[in-house]
Amino acid sequence: MTVILNQSFTGISIGAVLLLIALGLTLTFGQMGVINMAHGEFIMAGAYTTYVLQKSISSAGVSLLVALPVAFLVAGAMGALLEWLLIRRLYTRPLDTLLVTWGVSLMLQQLARDVFGAPNVQTHAPDLLTGNISLGGGITLANNRLFILGLALLCVLGLTLILRLTPLGRRVRAVVQNRDLAEVSGIATERVDRTTFFIGSGLAGVAGVALTLVGPIGPTMGTNYIVDAFLVVVVGGIGQLKGSVITAFVLGVLQSVLEYSTTVSVAKVAVLVAIVAFLQWRPQGLYTLRTRSLA
Amino acid sequence: MSGEGLTIRDLRVTFDGFTAVDGVNLDIQPGDLRFLIGPNGAGKTTLVDAVTGLVKAGGSVRFGDEELLGRPVHRIARLGIGRTFQTATVFEQLTVLQNLDIAAGAGRGPMTMLRRRKGIPEPVANALQTTGLTDLRDRAAGVLAHGQKQWLEIGMLLVQDVKLLLLDEPVAGMSHEEREATGELLRRISAERTVVVIEHDMDFMRSFARSVSVLHAGKVLSEGTVAEVQADPRVQEVYLGRASEPEPELAPESEPQPEPSAPAAATAAEEA
Amino acid sequence: MTTSTTSPAKKVSVAQPPVSPLERFRVPAAFLAGAVLLLGIAPLVLSDFRLNLLAKYLCYAIVAVGVSLAWGRGGLLVLGQGVFFGLGGYAMAMHLKLADAADTGQALPDFMQLYGTSDALPWWWKPFANPAFALAMTVVLPMAVAALLGFLVFRRRVKGAYFAILSQALAAALSIWLIGQQATTGGTNGLTDIQGFFGYSLNDPVNQRMVYLIIVVVLLLLMAAARQLFVSRYGELLVAVRDCEERVRFLGYNPANVKLIAYVVAAGMAGLAGALFVPAVGIISPALIGIVPSIGFVIGAAVGGRASLVGAVLGAIAVAWAQSTLSDAFPAAWTYAQGLLFIVAVGFLPGGLASLPTVVRNRRTTTARSGEAA
Repeated sequence: MTVILNQSFTGISIGAVLLLIALGLTLTFGQMGVINMAHGEFIMAGAYTTYVLQKSISSAGVSLLVALPVAFLVAGAMGALLEWLLIRRLYTRPLDTLLVTWGVSLMLQQLARDVFGAPNVQTHAPDLLTGNISLGGGITLANNRLFILGLALLCVLGLTLILRLTPLGRRVRAVVQNRDLAEVSGIATERVDRTTFFIGSGLAGVAGVALTLVGPIGPTMGTNYIVDAFLVVVVGGIGQLKGSVITAFVLGVLQSVLEYSTTVSVAKVAVLVAIVAFLQWRPQGLYTLRTRSLA
Repeated sequence: MSGEGLTIRDLRVTFDGFTAVDGVNLDIQPGDLRFLIGPNGAGKTTLVDAVTGLVKAGGSVRFGDEELLGRPVHRIARLGIGRTFQTATVFEQLTVLQNLDIAAGAGRGPMTMLRRRKGIPEPVANALQTTGLTDLRDRAAGVLAHGQKQWLEIGMLLVQDVKLLLLDEPVAGMSHEEREATGELLRRISAERTVVVIEHDMDFMRSFARSVSVLHAGKVLSEGTVAEVQADPRVQEVYLGRASEPEPELAPESEPQPEPSAPAAATAAEEA
Repeated sequence: MTTSTTSPAKKVSVAQPPVSPLERFRVPAAFLAGAVLLLGIAPLVLSDFRLNLLAKYLCYAIVAVGVSLAWGRGGLLVLGQGVFFGLGGYAMAMHLKLADAADTGQALPDFMQLYGTSDALPWWWKPFANPAFALAMTVVLPMAVAALLGFLVFRRRVKGAYFAILSQALAAALSIWLIGQQATTGGTNGLTDIQGFFGYSLNDPVNQRMVYLIIVVVLLLLMAAARQLFVSRYGELLVAVRDCEERVRFLGYNPANVKLIAYVVAAGMAGLAGALFVPAVGIISPALIGIVPSIGFVIGAAVGGRASLVGAVLGAIAVAWAQSTLSDAFPAAWTYAQGLLFIVAVGFLPGGLASLPTVVRNRRTTTARSGEAA
């Protein structure tokens, strides 16, 4: 029983990491239909931001808190720049966008190698986040995992509020649902696109900060997560936040339980099989917007 | 004229609680040239979508003895039911000839498929002739003018040898001469096949319809010949009650109408 | 309606322009020239070392033939070709390892003696001792996996980006799985140090040349087969499915089957390429089949021209050449150049380098026309 509970908590915390990474994608991929392979490198940018800040701010706790907004801005700015330079020219060619941004991703990785060196680097977690909380009966919750879980939920909440309540959110949803109509209604769709991309990429930066708490920082750290994160959005359903949230946690728990009963590599294959099977049942993902369109 | 008729009983289509088609009954005899008219949102296109398997529907749609509901799109097509779309949908990267040849070939065996096309198959040549596209056969379909694409689509239905043609606003965006030519073409086609046309253009309907069904809010409001339908007070009320949508019928010889289907077509293009 | 004045609303490239008599002879002539160059001239002028490198690039070119079919014609972005390349490669390597072991009187391949936990050969290795079975599996295995995945995915109309991401996830999953099975697959190292090829020692340069010649012949045969598919009615239908899948369905075809054929054929080609890669290079490992190499397979075709068979093949060879030559000399600079190459080739020249003449010609015609109009 203890094992199961501990394993589920591990699964939930894996899910929280997945969710943080996928959250940005629900905007850029889910809402805008852009497959941005450089999303992983925005995560990396967020992680290196944390690393750099910690070098200049001695207190690990303060630097972490400063890193969250700074990483958001750094990654967001990179995303907006990418959108302006390349992606806006490719909105009608989603598959080509994938390959173009893969090229960008290669260059950013190399840039990281040139600036920070090829070997992985590490940050120090604040003391507060290194311990465990024991719930008794052998059940322990790692503080850093709890922090990530909290951060992920906070980001979901923030994003939901932005999309639901602010004028920006209304514009984003309007553009997603009918771009032409939004345009003739006086919405500057290009600016909305760039803002959406800024927020989505910024969330990747925040995810990068969180990842420094659970692993090393390296030039290729983004690639390890990116495909899983895309799968979360695919299974969750395009343009649906709640779909991604549920999927991230389900996949996280599934992965961790399967890992426990088999091995890491078998679990990976089994999760993919489960996803393909799920898509047989719901090819459009968990939640979808139903329209009369041909596609 | 022999062949199968289309029998629709209590057809219902709902989208997330919104009922687009609400218990429609229709009987279309073999060889008919039936027009479906009605204000925007009456459920005309959705009805065609349901018949061709694009959307799920309740009730019954029979073509001859075959129940259509529940079958996949390509199986319904193979029963001899073809359709066009509000925005002409052709394979833009292929030539006119290739478009027609593909339409003609659903029944081809693997050996034929793996070989190169030699010459022009007879049905394709006939369709090129009928639609007047012979000179353009090696042109990419994507560069055709709007009206020519519509004709190509009709040509594709001809080579497909469908028994029932469902045409969604085939003359939208066409000039007066093109409309006349299209109407004549439909008349010729309906000598051997059954044709159902969704149309907003009342002049066009009056000139060519053999029978008319008026749809309103997902239901059949009125049915009969052109004269009967025009005389129906309920029909007049539906069109009169909607001042936002001026009806040419009630303002004869008025100034040229703005293209009624343009917004709808734009939306469809956006959706597709 | 019968007037032929058309106003081209937008530029559309014709998938297959009408074949002029000149064109009829140009294709076989080019094919023949390629065959003479690869079979006759290259072995004469290239050193053993360079010929062996060329053999490796040609294996990538074989994958590109399939990519050109599935992606260039069918619009299926196959981002997991590494899976099929790997299945073919591992099937071949398993047989060769078993044959090597048998030659030296060992019961188990060398790496199993090192890492293995058991003295017995795993059951799923056993049939690969049979050369006919192993050879068949290099093609059957990838095609079967592609058929299964393709059937499930296309049937439910999972397409576009979804399909690309799923096939990519498959590549990731297979390489991770292989790494995890150290004792039976060699783990991260893969299957290495392969000595013999159906009784011929791979250390002998003469036999390496034989392997090269086999690869060339297979490449040429597959190109001929792909070319036939391109110009056939099936090829036209495939383009139609790429353009508008729904419309094809209303014509009475099942687009899922049309796509499935292209996907499975491309997988078989990748499997064959993997199988030939093993004797040419002497290794197959997870690093050669994961996400990164899988995208690499597509990039070569994209740079050369995805829709053009020759373009895709030359692109794959060129990128592979640049990869191994330049990446040694200037690792950092090459990575930047590679990234830039993807961006420019895919983003701004979607037809690849093969489309350059057409693009230039179109631009010239457009300028000429606007000149006339003025």
